[in-house]
Amino acid sequence: MAHISASVYTSHVPAIGATIDMGKTQEPYWQPLFKGYEFSKQWMKAHTPDVIFLVYNDHATAFSLDMIPTFAIGTAAQYMPADEGWGPRPVPVVQGHPELAAHIAQSVIQQDFDLTIVNNMDVDHGLTVPLSLMCGQPVSWPCPVIPFAVNVVQYPVPSGQRCFNLGKAIAKAVKSFDADLNIQIWGTGGMSHQLQGPRAGLINKDFDNAFLDQLIIDPAALAKKPHIDYVREAGSEGIELVMWLIARGAMSDVNEGKPSPKVAHRFYHVPASNTAVGHLILENL
Amino acid sequence: MALDKPYLDVPGTTIFDAEQSRKGYWLNQFCMSLMKADNRTRFKANERAYLDEWAMTEEQKLAVLARDLNWCIRTGGNIYFLAKIGATDGKSFQQMAGSMTGMTEDEYRAMMVGGGRSVEGNRFIGEDGSAQAHRQPQGQAGKA
Repeated sequence: MAHISASVYTSHVPAIGATIDMGKTQEPYWQPLFKGYEFSKQWMKAHTPDVIFLVYNDHATAFSLDMIPTFAIGTAAQYMPADEGWGPRPVPVVQGHPELAAHIAQSVIQQDFDLTIVNNMDVDHGLTVPLSLMCGQPVSWPCPVIPFAVNVVQYPVPSGQRCFNLGKAIAKAVKSFDADLNIQIWGTGGMSHQLQGPRAGLINKDFDNAFLDQLIIDPAALAKKPHIDYVREAGSEGIELVMWLIARGAMSDVNEGKPSPKVAHRFYHVPASNTAVGHLILENL
Repeated sequence: MALDKPYLDVPGTTIFDAEQSRKGYWLNQFCMSLMKADNRTRFKANERAYLDEWAMTEEQKLAVLARDLNWCIRTGGNIYFLAKIGATDGKSFQQMAGSMTGMTEDEYRAMMVGGGRSVEGNRFIGEDGSAQAHRQPQGQAGKA
């Protein structure tokens, strides 16, 4: 039987990817940020899963205004790194896990979440930057990845509560998969940032740290936070944080009454380009 | 009954909702076209001619030619789409974001290194924070 062993949370700032790709991680501006992920890369080597279920958002890359799915699950065998306008990132092709992805899609749709099933898409920095932060620059990624894209570009994005409930449904789906797979679920994006208008550059450390605290201890209450609180307090793009609730909702304390997860790592840094970077690793007990 | 839009009182911020999306449809789809290298080359060779291939309003075209991202957003642009124009120009996301504040690149970068823009005074229209209308432009770039 498949099981979720841990969840990982991280920002996915594009400039972080560019810095890694250009070999500039030791520059003074970036050094403190990458130091915060050194533990994570070691942890990842020691805890390499069989599959990563990676929740992220597409940034007008695979999805233009032609189609705007609220939740889209990738069921393809592989995904190419996208050309977002600067040329594709020089990172490995992402291998999928069609069998598990299709299983999760079927189970989650039958639990009343209307997922869009995607068999052909490129993946942008939202998905590849977290992989780079956690895995460095390998020749190939350490395991297959199931991309799960959430619309946070056009308002309204799904509510925190909906995301949290979706996480629970994903946990149930994983549990009913027969093969004995070790799965990690990652929630990415955020933390506070705003990329537009005269309010661009907004950062709210108090909000971010309270969010991290509550995500660990009381995610069910955090799930009730309305959209407007994210926009007002964490910036218009800070709303990406709802995606973290999908990963958190899939943890075993939420679904099986087990103890709160172990906090294996916690890190926070300002700034990376326009953004506050937050990072957590939570292990199921 | 009108939709509830609780985000209209956030200063210096345009939420990309269905109304903005409808207004900006062709502007944003033009931006998407710049994800192909050939289109980037054609756009750079003759910007006006390339823009005229799209069903954009004249104002949207002028906003793009001026590289005025606040103006682009007013006419329905979304920053993730508009970023393709910046990428075509070889600009970073930080340069693009900073350009909307009236700060120079150095001024904006210094603000970020100093911990970013404070939320204090910037939660509601009518307060006195740096993002409020009466505090624009915020830096030397906007005063030039």
